[in-house]
Amino acid sequence: MSDVKKFMFVNRKAPYGTIYALESLEVVLITAAFDQDVSLAFLDDGVYQLKKGQQTKGIEIKNFSPTYRALEDYDINKLYVEKEALEARGLSAEDLIVDVSVVSRAEMGKLMDEQDVVLSF
Amino acid sequence: MLHIVNKSPLSSSTLESCMNTAVGGDILLIEDAVYAATAGNAFESKLRAAMGRFKVYALQPDLEARGMGDKLMDGVTAVDHGGFVDLAASNKNCQSWL
Amino acid sequence: MANIEVGGKSYETDEEGYLINLTDWNTDVANYIAKTESIEMSDQHWEVINFLREYFDEYQIAPAVRVLTKAIGKKLGPDKGNSEYLYGLFPYGPGKQACKIAGLPKPTGCV
Repeated sequence: MSDVKKFMFVNRKAPYGTIYALESLEVVLITAAFDQDVSLAFLDDGVYQLKKGQQTKGIEIKNFSPTYRALEDYDINKLYVEKEALEARGLSAEDLIVDVSVVSRAEMGKLMDEQDVVLSF
Repeated sequence: MLHIVNKSPLSSSTLESCMNTAVGGDILLIEDAVYAATAGNAFESKLRAAMGRFKVYALQPDLEARGMGDKLMDGVTAVDHGGFVDLAASNKNCQSWL
Repeated sequence: MANIEVGGKSYETDEEGYLINLTDWNTDVANYIAKTESIEMSDQHWEVINFLREYFDEYQIAPAVRVLTKAIGKKLGPDKGNSEYLYGLFPYGPGKQACKIAGLPKPTGCV
């Protein structure tokens, strides 16, 4: 199909402290219905969204991290995480709740440049 | 004085401003600021350097929410909501760094 | 905001009849909501309702119809994982109606 566009959702905020992470996830799930080429990028504090073991009972906010594992069902399989951002936070791919592609900052920049539409959260 | 910070140190300069400005006392890290007290993060050394002048606390429910309950760096004390109240009560006054 | 009365107990719902509190759900409430949707609950209906509740428990979302159809096909077989079968059970949409009976929010991405 020629009208398929490349959409990238750029996630740069930690979960819970602000509403951006949850809003992004909801828009991603809605966008999935339109059969576009969707990818998700996690950089800066956005990598914290994917941290394993989130337990939100004590702050009385819904833990939405399990929903990242449903992205596969929505045919969203391109998840890119910036290597430098993980390292600056003492994290590695094993700390994340889903399988991702870990890419360098330079590679991330290239991926962004290839997109038709970039949505920032 | 109790200093309360709620921003991640890697996306905001709030915690650094607090540490550079305040003369001493207690710092309580809440919400996204708890990431400052997680082992291996890039701000860890700056927080450690400030520990001589400040006693540092982090809110446990916020650590757990972020999957960081088991990543607290040593030297920082985890407190629950009751501990938050105790800190506010035991200090003469408090300042929120927003 | 509205309320429904089931077995002498009152449950909060939104204007469209979706339960406000997920923990309020039980089979009596499900049967009641089904009746308001003119659905006679059968084993086949329950199979879908239970599947939806398990999906929500695992992923914290009510799946979109397309995703539900595919996931049911994977778990219960292709004769059930198709929209003909699911719309047969829930004529006004397996997303909207089944989620309501299952005590879940409206599916994400459902307009």
